[in-house]
Order: sequence, then structure tokens, then C-alpha cells
Amino acid sequence: MANNTYDAIVVGSGISGGWAAKELTEQGLKVLMLERGKNIEHVKDYHNAQKEAWDYPHRDMPTQLMKEQYPVLKRDYPLNESTLGMWASDQHNPYVEEKRFDWFRSYHVGGRSLLWGRQSYRLNKADFEANAKEGIAVDWPIRYEDLAPWYDYVERFAGISGNRDGLDVLPDGQYQPAMPLNCVEKDVAARIQKAFGGKRHLIPGRTSNMTQSKPEEGRVSCQYRSKCWHGCPYGGYFSTQSSTLPAAMKTGNLTLRPFSIVKEILYDKDRKRATGVEVIDAETNETYVFNSKIIFVNASALNSAWLLMNSATDVWEGGLGSSSGELGHNVMDHHFRVGAWAEVEGYDDKYHYGRRPTGFYVPRFRNWGDDKRDYLRGFGYQGSASRQGWRREVAELGIGGEFKDAISEPGSWQIGMTAFGEMLPEHSNRIYLNHKVTDKWGLPVLAMDVEIKENEIRMRKDMQQDAVAMFEAAGIKNVQGYEADYAPGMGIHEMGTARMGRDPKTSVLNAHNQVWDAPNVYVTDGAAMTSGSCVNPSLTYMALTARAARHAVEELKRRNI
Amino acid sequence: MERRDLLKMIMLATGTAMVGAPALGYEKIPPVPLSDTPFSKDDVAFMNEVAEVILPQTDTPGAKAANVGATMAVIAADCYTKAQRKQFRQGLQDIDIRAKADFGKPFLLLSSDERTALLTTLNEEALAFNAKQGTTYVVRDKPSSREPGTDLPLPHAFSLIKQLTLYAFFTSETGAKKVLRYVAVPGYYDGDLPYKKGDKAWAT
Repeated sequence: MANNTYDAIVVGSGISGGWAAKELTEQGLKVLMLERGKNIEHVKDYHNAQKEAWDYPHRDMPTQLMKEQYPVLKRDYPLNESTLGMWASDQHNPYVEEKRFDWFRSYHVGGRSLLWGRQSYRLNKADFEANAKEGIAVDWPIRYEDLAPWYDYVERFAGISGNRDGLDVLPDGQYQPAMPLNCVEKDVAARIQKAFGGKRHLIPGRTSNMTQSKPEEGRVSCQYRSKCWHGCPYGGYFSTQSSTLPAAMKTGNLTLRPFSIVKEILYDKDRKRATGVEVIDAETNETYVFNSKIIFVNASALNSAWLLMNSATDVWEGGLGSSSGELGHNVMDHHFRVGAWAEVEGYDDKYHYGRRPTGFYVPRFRNWGDDKRDYLRGFGYQGSASRQGWRREVAELGIGGEFKDAISEPGSWQIGMTAFGEMLPEHSNRIYLNHKVTDKWGLPVLAMDVEIKENEIRMRKDMQQDAVAMFEAAGIKNVQGYEADYAPGMGIHEMGTARMGRDPKTSVLNAHNQVWDAPNVYVTDGAAMTSGSCVNPSLTYMALTARAARHAVEELKRRNI
Repeated sequence: MERRDLLKMIMLATGTAMVGAPALGYEKIPPVPLSDTPFSKDDVAFMNEVAEVILPQTDTPGAKAANVGATMAVIAADCYTKAQRKQFRQGLQDIDIRAKADFGKPFLLLSSDERTALLTTLNEEALAFNAKQGTTYVVRDKPSSREPGTDLPLPHAFSLIKQLTLYAFFTSETGAKKVLRYVAVPGYYDGDLPYKKGDKAWAT
């Protein structure tokens, strides 16, 4: 059994799991990283990295058969031929929708780090204080200053490109040079700056696509192909495969075990410590036990909560961490799919070269400074300007040679942006185990009971109106506001199901991401978020994970865990 | 029942589509042979001729050079709903029927000018029809966007033909490299590139 014992076990291999493995192995721990899906090797398994539309039988579109096989995934854009197989099968991995919940999962080594949006922003000081000031949910047990050095640390290693814009609302980090705004975006930025008295800003997106190579890590800067989701053979953006996994492997301390579904965390109620995990081998259906001193739970917010709920149920009916009454509650996402769009006159003598894998960002301005609205918190916008291609209005009009030549040229410029809004943590927004429905391994599945509430619905009005107002203030005519349907989960920013806090009675994790009831169990993915901010969350998971890993190693040395 | 529908039903009933499914990654999707579609070689040839009228050779290659018919067949077979596919096929047949009615001979025997005249008429009828029932978006829409079971009105049949023609052409290698501009590895971004009328759009 000796080879089944490790210093630490990391459950999950996505953005946060990769960081846990890197940090723990680099500090000398022998680590077992468990991943429920198959292995995907960097570069070698990126079969589609060099393909173009014409290399796919349906030119990268979903077929009706794919829609039948992916009834959830088809609800939004991710279902296509180039990433088929990179999203978990809806049919093999059922869940129950008490209310509609769009759950887009990636079950393979690297998880969604291969498929993420790569936008990388820090939470600001107010984000950590808002719950306490406004009497919402519980207070974060940490402040911006606690996390700032860890943001520095992970940004440097992950390779984030961005501008240092000097805004309190969006703290600057350790950036490589930004990917630039284009000519239209620059002008719109200047006009917005002027029209709103310097209170609203349109800045280059901060993204994990690198503008400088990291030869020491075997990573080459972004080549502007915008094929990130096919796996980048240059290692141009941060993923487990391009960044944290090679670092962890280099130590010689990492064992990666794919096809390993962690069924439960084994708990010693006398010592109040976890002793290991029980794993189902997805290929053989055999069960294994692995033991360790530390366990990092990084299975993504909802599955990390699932694992806790399915553990130590002989001690707590609701599972490990449920003594707070908050495990699985306070589910958050970022609500979006609302914004504005317009054609931009002029700039006929301008175009672009290269496919920039990011756009612009408009940091939050609502309920900021002296602004006060009839809802709490705020939202940011992501967008871009570009010239229209052949799929444009004129396509309806003609046929023939002149028509063909006309649509072979770029059309007019257009600009659009979409708001991403903060969702308040609400106890009633919850997930729980449904034992009546089981997956193919006989394990209970999650039931989702989550909705946006009054605060979000009020915010959405501003999210549309402000987008229209800002483009109009920039002198753009015929601005169209839009709002498409949104269901929780669609933002693919699931958070809050095992929140951090100051009191074991009202939170699942303490200030170092330790489960109050099992201090050698750390949860450092989206589950830990006490509130959601409105910025893309993955960078914060990286920082929380690196910080918690350092803490775990120190506690181990002190023999506290 | 069409062969593919039958296959789908068998797969769903027996679960054969699921066997071996857990070991996925970036999938290697094999080409779809014409024999897996409900279209024949003659259908493909006919689609190529129709498409060439919509997007003819100019200074740059036209639809036939890109063999869009073969791709139209595969997309219509797999990405269209059954109702769309029926409408599409009817649209192809209607072209021949109209050719005989207006010019007294099948479409393939029409002169180049006659073909253009006929399809211009059909395109105008389609525009009017779509405007009336709010389906003008179809030509800009992705051919895969229609949901099964939806009761949204179908656009004019010629619009489906045109939609597939445009999509198959501009996503083809010929369309991307010889009609539009394509650079596999741009290497940098310039958001302020000078442009003069006549310069082609980027393919991707």
C-alpha cells in the first residue's frame, strides 16, 4: 500500500488544481493529482490546432445529432466540431434542473483551463469589504492586501498581458505589455473618457495571452491565430498543460492519475482530519483508496461541493463542511448576455491585421465613488470593434459577380459590448445531492435550484441602458441595445458553494481555505468565493490556491495538520 | 424515412452511439461521404451550377471551383432540421420547374444570362417573402442555428440555397485563400492597418 500514500492529493487538474500541484510539488511534497477524465498531452493531443473551417465536414458547425447528444451545451456557443469531446457529455453526466441551470463542464486533464475566456482581473479592495458594509451574506475573512502579493506571484508566472491603468476599481498587476486597442476602440475610449468626466474607462482587455515569450518555460508569445480553444501549440495562453503542469512535473514529485473519479474524502472523526480519498477508476470501475496528509479540492465549484456533500456523511448527513448549513448554498455566476451594438461610421481607410484573442474592457462604474443606484454592486463590459465580414446585411440583397466581389471586401466597422454583472450570494440559491438520480457509476447527481433575483434584474436594466448611453456619448449613431436570455451557469463562472468566512457556523472554509471541520482539506476553486465581484474570477482562484498551498506546507511543517 | 434519421433512431434506441464515448478529447471528425447524405452526385452537380450563378467566377474563383455543392449536401444533411432539408430540396426542384415554365427547358440547359435572370427573379421573390414574414436574417444566420421542433416560420427556399452557398463558399479553402485573404500565423496584431477599396476581407 506504500505507493498509495502521498503527502498531498489534488482533486482536479483545471486552473486551480494545476496551481495546487505546482505549488505543493515545488515545495517538496509528493503529490497525487486526480483527474476524472482522460489525459490530454500538451501539443501532442491538440489535434485541431492547425485546422481551419474547411478541415471540418460541417465547417465547424454543430449537427442536429450533436444537439441531441448535448442538450445543455447546445444552449450556447460552445457546441461545435473543433472542440467536440472537450466538453463533458450531458448524457453521461446527468444533473437535475429544479430551475434551468446551464452547466458547461470539461472532464479531462486541464479541465476548462484549455477552454477558458482568459480574461484576468483582480478583485478590488471594495469587493472584499462589500458584504460586511452592506450586510450581505458574510464578510470575506481576507482583504485585498492579503491576496495582492499572491496576485503578483501568479500573474508573473501565468503570463498576463494588460495595461497598468491606475484605476482603484481594477487594481493593476504584474503585466506583460497589453494587446492594443484598434483605431476605432481607441477613439471611442477617448470620447467616453471625455463624455463621462474621467469616470468611465475603456481599456485593453487583460488576458492570459502572452505578448512576451517565456523561453525558460518553453512558452512562446501569442501568434494572433485566435485558436486558443483548440489548444495552443505555442503555449501562448495559460493552461494547466502550458504552464502549471510542466512546472509540477519538473520537480519529479507529481503523479498524475487520469480516469480517477473521486467518490469521497475519507474522514477520521476522532482526529478531525481527512485521511485520503476513495476513487473509482473510470476505465475499470475498480475502487482504490489513496492516503495523504493534505487534500486540495479543485474539482470546480459545483463538483467540489458535490465531493464534500458525498463525504463524511456518517458524521454529518449533509457531508463534510455541512455543519455550517452553507455547503452547496450561495451559488453565484456572472449574469450577462445584455449590452449594445452599433455600426460605426467612417474609418473606411482602416482595417486590422492579426486575430487578437481579446478585446476591450470597461471596468465597473456603477455604485462606485459617488454613484448610487437602486441595486447593489455593479458590472463591467467586454467588447470589441471590427469590420463586418461576408455574413452581413448586404448578403440578403443580390446575386452575381458584383455581389460576390462586394461581400469579399470588409463591410463597415461595428462595435459591441456585453455586460458581466455581479450576482449576490443568496442562501436560497443552492445545489444539493439528488439520490434518486444516479450517474453510470451509481453516484448521486446534483440538483440545481438557482435563479437571478431582484438585485440582478434591476442591474440588467442599467447593463443595457448604460451600454447604449456610452456608445451614443461616443458619437455613435443607431445604437441597438440587446438582451438575450440568461440562465445561471451560462457565464461559466460558478462560485460560492463552499464559501470562506470568519465563523464556522456560517461558512465552510476559513481564511486559508481550510474546511473548518477538516483543516487538512483545502478548497481553492470557485467554491471558496464569499462574493463574486463582477470581474472574471479565474485569476483569483489562482491567487487563493497559491496562498493556500503555502499555508498548507507551513502548517504541515508546524505539525498542525 | 431518410437513412440518417433511421441511423439516428437506431443509435438512440440501442445506445451504440455511446459505446467507448468516455475517452474523448479533441475529436478527429472524419469526412462525411456523399453516400451518407440523401443527395446524389447529380444533386451536387446541380447545386454547383446554381451556386456558380449566385457567386460566379470574377477576377477570383467562383462557387463551382470551390465545389460548394459537396459541402452544401453534407451541411443540409446533418445541420439542417428535417423541415429545412425538405424546404431546401424543394427549392432545388423549383428552380428546374421555374426554368421549364419561364424558358421552356431545364435549368442546366439555360444560357448564362437566362440562369442569372431566373435566379435574380427568385432572389427578389425570396426577399419579398422573407420581409413579409420576418425571416430576412436567414442569409446571415449560421446554417446550424435552427433548433429541432421550433415552430418559427421557414424562410423562402431560395434563401436556404443562398445561405448554404455563401457559407460553403467563404469557409472553403478556395474561398479563404483565393477570394478572401488568409494568413495562417499572423504573428502580431495591428489595429490601425491602412485599407484601400478593393482589398479583400480576412477569411478568419
